Parts: sequence; structure tokens; C-alpha cells
Amino acid sequence: MLVITLNINGQDVSAPAGVTLLEACRQNGVDLPTLCHLEGLTPVGACRLCLVQVEGARRLMPACTTEAQDGMVVQTHTEQLKEYRKMLLELLLSERNHICSVCVANGSCELRARCAELGVDHTRFEYRCPDLPAIDLTHERNGLDHNRCISCTRCIRACDQIEGAHTLDMQGRGVDNRIIIDMHQKWGESITCTKCGKCVNVCPTGTLFWKGSTVAEMQKDVGFVRWIKEGREKKQWSYI
Amino acid sequence: MANKVRLATVWLGGCSGCHMSFLDLDEKLIDLADQIDLVYSPIVDIKEYPHDVDVVLVEGALCNTENLELLLQIRERSKIVISFGDCAVTGNTPQLRNKLDIDDILTKVYQAGPGSIPKGPEAVDILPVLLPKVHPLHAAVPIDIYLPGCPPDPDRIFLTIAALLAGEKPQLPAEAITFG
Repeated sequence: MLVITLNINGQDVSAPAGVTLLEACRQNGVDLPTLCHLEGLTPVGACRLCLVQVEGARRLMPACTTEAQDGMVVQTHTEQLKEYRKMLLELLLSERNHICSVCVANGSCELRARCAELGVDHTRFEYRCPDLPAIDLTHERNGLDHNRCISCTRCIRACDQIEGAHTLDMQGRGVDNRIIIDMHQKWGESITCTKCGKCVNVCPTGTLFWKGSTVAEMQKDVGFVRWIKEGREKKQWSYI
Repeated sequence: MANKVRLATVWLGGCSGCHMSFLDLDEKLIDLADQIDLVYSPIVDIKEYPHDVDVVLVEGALCNTENLELLLQIRERSKIVISFGDCAVTGNTPQLRNKLDIDDILTKVYQAGPGSIPKGPEAVDILPVLLPKVHPLHAAVPIDIYLPGCPPDPDRIFLTIAALLAGEKPQLPAEAITFG
């Protein structure tokens, strides 16, 4: 295994060649906050919480989609970065309708947890309070509530990369983006959905939930993604 | 007596759940009572918001003109204003009406709904006008301390007040600044 050496927050550390900056940080005890990242899914750099400062780069880089390079000099927790991360969370809070007190995911929500961890106790931005499409409860088991979505695309990636169904996708751009089912159909009418529930489990907020769950009842388990990914890499289920 | 901290608590557009949580301080209220003067609150019979308040806990969102007028008065007359609970901090459930047209809400509640409609010009004087949108407190005035939670549990209320009584700025741990 080829090993590279880089400098994170003034400390020389080593990491296997080919890993991302996020992996290099976490392997060396530097924790970066994330929301869209999930081990086992391809990184997309959607939430920007893991932005870091790389010496010589003209802009901040998302650690999850940047490959760690030999000799890189990285800062992960400057005052500016901490402030930007708070700002990102505050923007997410004001973008849609995150009413934690009546949310199914209150208690298990990763957005709520990141806010608390990073000291976001209010948002400085005006709430947009958008009028979003109605909650889709046509599916036999799952519900979809656009009010809570942070557009992390974890559900889309799990459906495509782990389940292989690609029932979920995204429509529109910027604040107008929406999770859609198949060709923008009702979930209950989808012919591709296998009802596996992986999308619900990987959703970091209360956007996807088991029907029938009420405030704070949702519990999610994301561990299976890593388990399946590792099994595939070891060809545990290869029949060829 | 003269050195007691002048504390006020205010109930704007909320359900009073934050005040219930405050009362849930239970026996700690007795210790607190020795250190503070409760100069204005839904639980004391004082009609006008007093001057020279040291600390005020303001529960509820800004829903109508009365809320707004009182909040401006509070800010002017208080040293430390605490945004108390999710309605005050985020707008919370009162804010759910923001995507609806205000005239439709009034029609639905007072015309189409059950009960009698307030009649005559006195209704206009008595009932405060709804603001077009519900806002968190910091949309209107600078806030010194945010105390989220629906309601904020007694522990975090106590941590905040105890720090202020000790003359310190409250530093709440992550688990004590969660929403909802």
C-alpha cells in the first residue's frame, strides 16, 4: 500500500494513497462535520459542511470529494471555516420548513444534531416558509415530506448504488430542487420501487419516514450501507 | 433586597409550555426566589412592563401587533433579553401559517368556523391585528441569549439563569441547545 504524508492543522500525518481528505482527516482523529456523506455511498459534496482550506488552492474544498495528496497542507477548523459551517446550517434551517417540535425525526435527525454540535441555536436568515408539494403517502410503507429535505441525495444514491432500483431522483435546480419518484409519479404508483426501505434509513432528516410514525418516533439505521459495500468488495455474494 | 436581580417572563405567541417548563424547576424555584424579584410575568399581577429589568425570558413568536409593541418595549426596558423556546427562536408551529394568505385564515376561523364573530368597531380596537407573517423575536429586536427547545427543559433554563445570576454568559453544552 502506497502511503502519503500530508499536514493537517500543523500536524504531519500519513494516509493510504487514494483516500479522500475526509477519510485522511477521520483516520487521523480530526473530525469534520458532514450531512450528505455516508460511508458506502459515492461522495457528492452537496452539503459543504466538510469544507477545508488547502494551502495553494484559491477556494475552499469539500474534503469528501477531494483526494488527499502527498505534501498537502490543510486547515480544517479555522474561525472562518467554523463560521461558514454555521452559516450553511442556518441557511438549511431557513430554506424549507424544519419544524423540529412536530417532526417524526426529532431525536434522530442529523441536521438537528449538527446544529447543536456546531452551536447553531438560531438562524440569522429570514425563513422562506415555502409552499411545497403535498406529503406523498401513497406508498404502502414509506412517506415523503419535502418540507424537511436538505437535498443531500443520500436516498437517491442508496436507491441507485445499493439497491440498484434508481426509483428516486432529483428534479429542478437550486432552491427549486425536489426529490421525485420515477418519472415524477406518486410513490404508490412506482413500478421500480422494491419497497426495501434503504432510502428511509439513510435519510438524515424527517423527509423519508415509515408511515404511521409520529413525532420523534423515527429511528434510522445506516450501518447496512457499509456492510453491503464491504460484502461486495470482498465478493461475499458473487455467483460468477 | 436592593441587590436582587429584576427578572421578568413574557408570554407572546406561544402555548405557555415554556412557562410550564420554567415552573418545572420545582424546588429550585425556592432558591431562585431568594435571588430575584419577579417584576413582570403571566404568573404575577402586574399590567405594564416595568423599566430597568435585568433579565427577561420571552416565550412565543411574533404573531400580532400587540406582540410586536410589547417586544419593542421589552427591548427598550431590559438589559438581557432571552429568546425563550422554539417559538421565540424559530417561529416554530405558529409559523406554519406563513405560507397561507392571512385573509383566508381570518375568514376560515371567524366566518366559516364555529362561534360568533367579534362585531362592531370595538373589535378592531380590542383585537390586535395579525402580522402578515409570524416571525422569530430576533427578526424585530437584538437578542442576547437563545434558549431553544419545545419546551426548553428545566435543566437548560436553570443552567442559563444560574450563569446569569453568577454574572457569567451562559455556555450551554451541545445537548442543551437542540431544537424541538
